[in-house]
Amino acid sequence: MNVLTDNFSTYGEGFLGTVELTVYASLLALALGFLMASFRVAPVGSFRAIGTAWVTVLRNTPLTLLFFAVLLGLPRFGLVLPFKVFAVLALGCYTSAFICEALRSGINTVPKGQGEAARSLGMNFGQTLSNVVLPQAFRSVIPPVGSNLIALAKNSAIAGAFSVTELLGTYKTLNELGYSIIWTFVWIALGYLIITLAISAIFNILEKRWGVAR
Amino acid sequence: MTAATAHDSTALYDIPGPRTHRRHLIYGVVSTLLILGIVGWLVYLLFDTDQFTATKWTPFEYKGIQELLLRGLGNTLKAFAISAVLSLALGTILAVGRLSDHRPVRWIATLLVEFFRAMPVLVMIFFVFVALKVQPLPALVTGLTLYNGSVLAEVFRSGINAVERGQHEAAYALGMRKTQVMTHVLVPQAVRAMLPAIISQLVVALKDTSLGYLITYEEFLHAGKLIASNLDYDLPFIPVVLVISPIYIGMCMLLSWFATYVARRQKRNPKTEAVDVAPAEPGTLLPGGAPPAGPNS
Repeated sequence: MNVLTDNFSTYGEGFLGTVELTVYASLLALALGFLMASFRVAPVGSFRAIGTAWVTVLRNTPLTLLFFAVLLGLPRFGLVLPFKVFAVLALGCYTSAFICEALRSGINTVPKGQGEAARSLGMNFGQTLSNVVLPQAFRSVIPPVGSNLIALAKNSAIAGAFSVTELLGTYKTLNELGYSIIWTFVWIALGYLIITLAISAIFNILEKRWGVAR
Repeated sequence: MTAATAHDSTALYDIPGPRTHRRHLIYGVVSTLLILGIVGWLVYLLFDTDQFTATKWTPFEYKGIQELLLRGLGNTLKAFAISAVLSLALGTILAVGRLSDHRPVRWIATLLVEFFRAMPVLVMIFFVFVALKVQPLPALVTGLTLYNGSVLAEVFRSGINAVERGQHEAAYALGMRKTQVMTHVLVPQAVRAMLPAIISQLVVALKDTSLGYLITYEEFLHAGKLIASNLDYDLPFIPVVLVISPIYIGMCMLLSWFATYVARRQKRNPKTEAVDVAPAEPGTLLPGGAPPAGPNS
């Protein structure tokens, strides 16, 4: 029990590390996912090919392999950045493939007639997109994006094993200090539960406010 | 969607006219050139940093190293096979628990499923490995089984629930007992429809076997790491990645494609028309909401 109270700063550091990693990687994943989703629904064939390749490859890449390649491989090209940045890159790119698919299927749920009606009212592409298609797509996209971000938060544990300051990584320090391993892990588990439940609570609020009434 | 876009209007784009067509063609050419440029630059970088020197690639000619890689691949597949079988079994047990008529059983099963789905797999693997002090393989298999078993339990449960209501009503009306209804009516229909979702979850299990690398299980990545850190061959890290990742990604792609193939075949099958199962649900217990559907890690 006193594992937490004695090492509050270690746990706090790890917890904040996980939160930081999750937030930055989520932003990257959302941005990249949006870009790739727009590629995948584009009318230009080569854009679609790029999007499809991105999604197919990254969705079938084990995240550990990606971490392995990014954290240990990129420095060989003279690209030396802090491990944290590499971890954000790997996590963000990996999750962006899943976000892309969620966004794409959200856009596909918008009936064709909606866009045709908007165009026949004389709306241009930007107006159709921002006033008609995206608002409708956004509603159906909230739950899958939320669960992908939860998966991202859980996957960030892998960064800890690659010596990025992070919640799971704290077990090593505490283990060396001789604390009870079971309790160490109980508090780590609790930390992850707090983060995942917080994300799902946020997305629940979003879903309640803007989600599709089913 | 993908093929139709070129000839059909979508919610986003109208059918392109001749001028737009020309514009799209230009975009296509420019972007293709850009991509080729990036690829070329990457290849140049590879050459520039001496990744294709003979010393870095010689290790792959040695029998010992080939065997090391094959053994690693074998260990990966072994961990995958064991955890796939065990998680199917655990998933069945948990699903039966969640569909039970007895409230305490249902509660316990729900609690277990939700807890294991909310925990990062790696935390479970490390817990088993560090706290229970077992060998890497059992630790990896336990972690993967607990996580994938719980997700599969949800797949099974939603599959059973997705079978049309008339089916079990009719079966009950014929005087079947609950076990009979399950085994003779619901499960056969549900399994066919669930097959794609089950296979996609197995892809997740296959991908996650690579977590064994982090607990020093001697799997594929571990073998690669051993070769990559060999000074005799001038630390052939990039060559190792270039060899390992196509094999790893290829295996996962094959399994994913199998899932889509099965799904496409199922769609034409009248036996499964009654049932439509969502892909494996990731994420965690949403307070007050139904867990959403979508792809997972």
